[in-house]
Amino acid sequence: MNHQPSAALSTTLDQIPCGTTIRVLSIQSEGVVRRRMFDLGITPGTLIRVEARSPLGDPTAYLVRDTIIALRREQARQISVTLSLEGEPA
Amino acid sequence: MSNHTLEPTAPAAPHAACATCPVQAHARLRKLGVDVSGWDYTVALAGNPNTGKSTIFNALTGLRQHTGNWPGKTVTRAEGGFVYQNKRYKLIDLPGTYSLLSTSTDEEVARDFILFGCPNVTIVVADATRLERNLNLVLQILAITDRVVVAVNLIDEARRHGITVDTRGLTRDLGVPVVPMVARRGEGLPELLGFIAEVASGAYQTRPRHLALRNPNLERALDQLIPQVTAAFPGLPNARWVALRLLDGDPSITQAVRDGTLGDLSRGLAPAPIALEVV
Repeated sequence: MNHQPSAALSTTLDQIPCGTTIRVLSIQSEGVVRRRMFDLGITPGTLIRVEARSPLGDPTAYLVRDTIIALRREQARQISVTLSLEGEPA
Repeated sequence: MSNHTLEPTAPAAPHAACATCPVQAHARLRKLGVDVSGWDYTVALAGNPNTGKSTIFNALTGLRQHTGNWPGKTVTRAEGGFVYQNKRYKLIDLPGTYSLLSTSTDEEVARDFILFGCPNVTIVVADATRLERNLNLVLQILAITDRVVVAVNLIDEARRHGITVDTRGLTRDLGVPVVPMVARRGEGLPELLGFIAEVASGAYQTRPRHLALRNPNLERALDQLIPQVTAAFPGLPNARWVALRLLDGDPSITQAVRDGTLGDLSRGLAPAPIALEVV
């Protein structure tokens, strides 16, 4: 499966609206935070659905590999994702 | 309140085979509660949060450690004991973690014990409904120790979700025994006990799966670093793993190397566990 569409089709996770499922392209964070993302199951190729956003928009709940995970906006901003993905459930 | 003896009077075995049958052997499980004096083997219980570690802990020891669904429930390690086939086992319930490589206190407690406590067996409890997520920790633990038994718990819930877990295939792929369980109902407990005993005694030779690094530069760096780590800390049980963590920039391992506490840990001077409160 090709997880590397052209750069024009990618954005960051914090930009994705609720209810949308996208695929992770890459993770920009480094060190401990990067390791944490991997341990939470957020790796290149992972499908993520945006579940719910708190009233002020931060943090946001994401469905990652059958578990809901909350990320801060600055953490989500470090995750590059495909723009949208039709018809594939997370 | 610490000494539970739930063992029924064992009936005389009608066949020779019964004496070695795991079901029969399970009937001879003696739960020792918090009495963990003079054990033959040390067994660690690890796993992701909410996989039923404490349920298995309680089933084996007869204790009633709090079982509840909130983060950090098993704040530090809890200990209990049991006797199986005339061997005394000390069981240590570690905090639930997704990983051994991040930097929460829970993860450090679990990691330090598996690395430096040198348990004879480490049971990794995995949630059958979220295997993909749980296998991350299994692979991380297989990188540290060979003596592992994987308990795939909540098999009944997985079945309800239409998930069938191929435990034989997993056993083959992971190179360690994999036991399907419904710990809440005691299902799989006899098999788990059998495998714990076999791995502890060495009767079961595991061949744990190790992930390849796929990076020649990293291998070269490791080849240079491992002898230095071994020289600085003779007797360290897993110099390769420590070297890998140093190359990854793990702050707590770096600190432990810098201030020499890594040597204390490897000599078994890990901080004393907090006593388990029995309710």
